[in-house]
Amino acid sequence: MFVSYKWLQEYVDLSGVTPAELAEKITKSGIEVEGVEVLNEGIKGVVVGHVLEREQHPNADKLNKCLVDTGAGKPVQIICGAPNVDKGQKVAVATVGAVLPGNFKIKRAKLRGEESNGMICSLQELGIESKLIAKEYAEGIYVFPNDTEVGQDALEQLNRDDQILELGLTPNRSDCLSMLGVAYEVAAILGRDVKLPEPHAETSSEKASDYIEIQVEAKEDNPLYVAKVVKNVKIGPSPVWMQARLMAAGIRPHNNVVDITNYILLEYGQPLHAFDYDRLGSKQILVRRANDGEVIVTLDDAKRELTSDHLLITNGTEPIALAGVMGGANSEVQSDTKNVIIESAYFKGATVRKASKDHGLRSEASARFEKGVDPNRVRAAAERAVQLLAQYAGGEVLEGSVEADALQVEPAVVSVTLEKINRVLGTELSMKEVEDIFARLQFATNTDNDTITVTVPTRRGDITIEEDLIEEVGRLFGYDNLASTLPVGSSAPGHLSQYQNKRRLVRRYLEGAGLYQAVTYSLTNEAKATQYALEERKPVQLAMPMSEDRSLLRLSIVPQLLEVLKYNSARQNDSLAVYETGAVFLSNGEEDLPEEREHLAGAVTGLWHSHPWQGEKKPIDFFVVKGILEGLFEQLGLSDKIEFRQAQKDGMHPGRTAEVLLSGEPVGFVGQIHPTVEKELDLKETYAFELSLKAILEEEVSPLQYEAIPRFPSITRDIALVADQGTAAGELKGIIKEAGGKLLKDVHVFDLYEGERMEPGKKSLAFSLKYFDPERTLTDEDVTKAHDKVLEAVKEKAGAVLRG
Amino acid sequence: MQERLKELQTEALEKISTAADLKELNDIRVSYLGKKGPITEVLKGMGKLSAEERPKMGALANEVRDSIAAGIEEKQKHLEEAAVQEKLAAEKIDVTLPGRPVKTGNHHPLTRIIEEIEDLFIGMGYTVAEGPEVEKDYYNFEALNLPKGHPARDMQDSFYITEDILLRTHTSPVQARTMEKHEGKGPVKIICPGKVYRRDNDDATHSHQFMQIEGLVVDENIRMTDLKGTLEIFAKKMFGDDREIRLRPSFFPFTEPSVEMDISCKICGGKGCSVCKGTGWIEILGAGMVHPNVLEMAGFDSKKYTGFAFGMGPERIAMLKYGVDDIRHFYTNDVRFLKQFSVHE
Ligand SMILES: [Zn+2]
Repeated sequence: MFVSYKWLQEYVDLSGVTPAELAEKITKSGIEVEGVEVLNEGIKGVVVGHVLEREQHPNADKLNKCLVDTGAGKPVQIICGAPNVDKGQKVAVATVGAVLPGNFKIKRAKLRGEESNGMICSLQELGIESKLIAKEYAEGIYVFPNDTEVGQDALEQLNRDDQILELGLTPNRSDCLSMLGVAYEVAAILGRDVKLPEPHAETSSEKASDYIEIQVEAKEDNPLYVAKVVKNVKIGPSPVWMQARLMAAGIRPHNNVVDITNYILLEYGQPLHAFDYDRLGSKQILVRRANDGEVIVTLDDAKRELTSDHLLITNGTEPIALAGVMGGANSEVQSDTKNVIIESAYFKGATVRKASKDHGLRSEASARFEKGVDPNRVRAAAERAVQLLAQYAGGEVLEGSVEADALQVEPAVVSVTLEKINRVLGTELSMKEVEDIFARLQFATNTDNDTITVTVPTRRGDITIEEDLIEEVGRLFGYDNLASTLPVGSSAPGHLSQYQNKRRLVRRYLEGAGLYQAVTYSLTNEAKATQYALEERKPVQLAMPMSEDRSLLRLSIVPQLLEVLKYNSARQNDSLAVYETGAVFLSNGEEDLPEEREHLAGAVTGLWHSHPWQGEKKPIDFFVVKGILEGLFEQLGLSDKIEFRQAQKDGMHPGRTAEVLLSGEPVGFVGQIHPTVEKELDLKETYAFELSLKAILEEEVSPLQYEAIPRFPSITRDIALVADQGTAAGELKGIIKEAGGKLLKDVHVFDLYEGERMEPGKKSLAFSLKYFDPERTLTDEDVTKAHDKVLEAVKEKAGAVLRG
Repeated sequence: MQERLKELQTEALEKISTAADLKELNDIRVSYLGKKGPITEVLKGMGKLSAEERPKMGALANEVRDSIAAGIEEKQKHLEEAAVQEKLAAEKIDVTLPGRPVKTGNHHPLTRIIEEIEDLFIGMGYTVAEGPEVEKDYYNFEALNLPKGHPARDMQDSFYITEDILLRTHTSPVQARTMEKHEGKGPVKIICPGKVYRRDNDDATHSHQFMQIEGLVVDENIRMTDLKGTLEIFAKKMFGDDREIRLRPSFFPFTEPSVEMDISCKICGGKGCSVCKGTGWIEILGAGMVHPNVLEMAGFDSKKYTGFAFGMGPERIAMLKYGVDDIRHFYTNDVRFLKQFSVHE
């Protein structure tokens, strides 16, 4: 809502309060003022001039040579290119030395050999948006009414010496979609009175009811319909000040009748509609739901097909308006209109919303109906309209109005105790202070001991419960005046859950290991949603996606991270490591929420280590990434439960991928991205992993327990085993561990040889075995006994023998 | 004899002083102090001396010997030191060459903001509550006083999956779920971070996916002044002690009264600039006293219990705090962007 400061002064005394101060006060007590526009900012030296002569420019077809009286001495010659300039007009003249918006300075000039002492201005040149300018002046200069005095400040004549407050209204404050609503609000803030207009028009002896009959079938949608009849209007422009107010509020002027209905919309918040009585085609107005398939041609000449959801104003048979949204073309007020019917009605918000949405027609009128107009202003708005029609369109107002009234208006009555007000706000207000606040709002109150009962005016439909009253008290008392406290009472220490703590540990660990945390989108396309999923499940699909690329929820994070690598790689960052923790979504069917499982994924590409001047350069390989994961499992106390097993997976390198198992259950994978996928994404050798973070973090871990530092020495024996190429190191290690018994504390691979010196199909794997007994110093015999068992086991179970 | 000894001493000391290295010095030691050295030779002639002179001569010989030995020792020290110096000089490196890089990554800026807020509120006795990103219409809207048909829950603004299931549009359903779990008994004191989704075209200021973090306190006697005090602590911690805050009335369906919190603009110090659109204030979050309908629907007696809630966007906070100009940066994961957040002030 755009609020003219000058206009507002008609209802509330604003003396001593500048527009900027007013804006701040309004913002602080309830409605955010999003901006204050000074309409004549950056403009000076524009006066009303009188075009005394006009003739064609001798050297230019499209230019006019005008002699203009600007009220300052001798008339001056001005060259003007506007097609509508003519002798006798009163126009806005930017004189030599004037400044127009954009710091455009007017200088004496020669145009095609003719002197020009200034510029005759269009409204655009005075800073008004084209879409707000009446059609007749849209393509040329603006012409003032003939009685405008020459030499006056043109901007003052155009009411542009004003400032406009732009209110950002929250949905509950639709009462301020009217100047009167804003006036009540401002009066409450300033503690001043509201002066309401007192509409009164002389009426003729003829009765409106003799001209029209109103019948409402759809009483639920339209509980109140008021019609007034005005005869013999003279269609013409509305007064300049009215046009100015409409333009400042963002409405384009048309003619006096239409402008007056729009003016009332702004003033009262009540949308009106004017029908051409003689084009109605009957003497009856019937309000009903449309029939399915019924058609109306609206004012904008669009043919609109209707359904029974839509409310129609008809002449008894034919539709003449889509209620609350737009009038029909057949009954439109035109330049030859003589007699008009003014409609002021209360239409139900939901009904109007449905129609405006279905037809894509959102207007100032529909917006107000949708949010609910004040039922007690319907009649007053009609009265005010006919008063202005008599005043500014020369109309003859017929006596009375014709109504269909099924409206029950009961103002809300809400009670609240002073104790509750103070308890919720944390204040120590007295009943007197509370009563004063409601008096400023012009809410009637009744106090009984600690309880105050408020009768809420119908204009404030947002107030229905005691908390609403508390808010009114709070905001007018001023939130600046509230103390700052902290909650008192029972308080337990705050903390992260064990899961949340571990998740932070995982993040910190990976970052310490060199990975950047990424955050990517959950929504993706069909291919990426399922690629690299840990479990084959249907992805969750949006009912109405905005695009193919964001139509399903991901089952895996790796595809998103590969996108991140691709993006960076294309920008000269082809060595990069990223990880993400986040939900993937597994469908549970239409009825239930999907299962959301938190995953941990990582993707690493290019060089892992680079230290050029010392000649060190190491690309990522499988074991770098595996090492990172092993370190992570170590920190989470899961090392003994984790197993890596050779695996095949779509999109992964068939020989360089491992399945990760936790206590024997698969929880994810790690490996090289398949070279064809790498090529598609234009990536260097790339490794990725994805794990169910949920499974890993929820795995039970035995509590940390100190283990005595060894007091006796350990004995280490190294063995080199010759095994088949296909025998996995992990398998051999498992056999060794099992066979080594209690004394074998640690086994690790320290060498792998697959060269020419081996028999074809064989390889050599060297293990280091550490034996230890916490109770005593081991003898060679003890170790040999255990060691022999190990050698026997690897031979028997894996056919591996000591290398000779 | 006496003269011969003196001569030897002078000669030896002379040689010692000109010795160039340890080997030469050792040779001097051997030649003068060794068993076959000249001093021993001289002393062999002692037998010819009288009994009176013999001890005198012995003492002199010892004196000469000691003086040579001391000379050698001193010289040796010098030579050793010089040798060390030489070695060190040869070992000199260029310390301005770059060190071997240690691989590090870092938090995403949004995580950084969220964890900072979590930790602040954990310190004030809150726990961190999380909930599903795909929600029931009931928890996302109805339980928050947004009944079906409410204009604020337009189908156009949300990603629905079925009529009853959608991607949550805010983290508030976590509040509803947590309150429900408390079965009408306070206190509830939670902070809820998470991803939310809205039907917006991605541009510099809009993202179809973004983060939210909300707080909720429900107990007997929770006052609006408690909300104000809590938010003041938050604002000063996040944006600096010198920032002023103001609460402005606003509207949200799930709170009543509702407020928005502004902080004074750091750029212009409150005088008005393009960042604060000339107002001197920057909007940071929405908050309010929990609407009685929300309390009742979650099983709390609104006569007995009151509460406050607040919610904010980590993206917006990061944008203001670090001057990030495009929300899409947070989801593009350009490493040149991510790397900048490894610095901790
Ligand atoms: Zn500023």
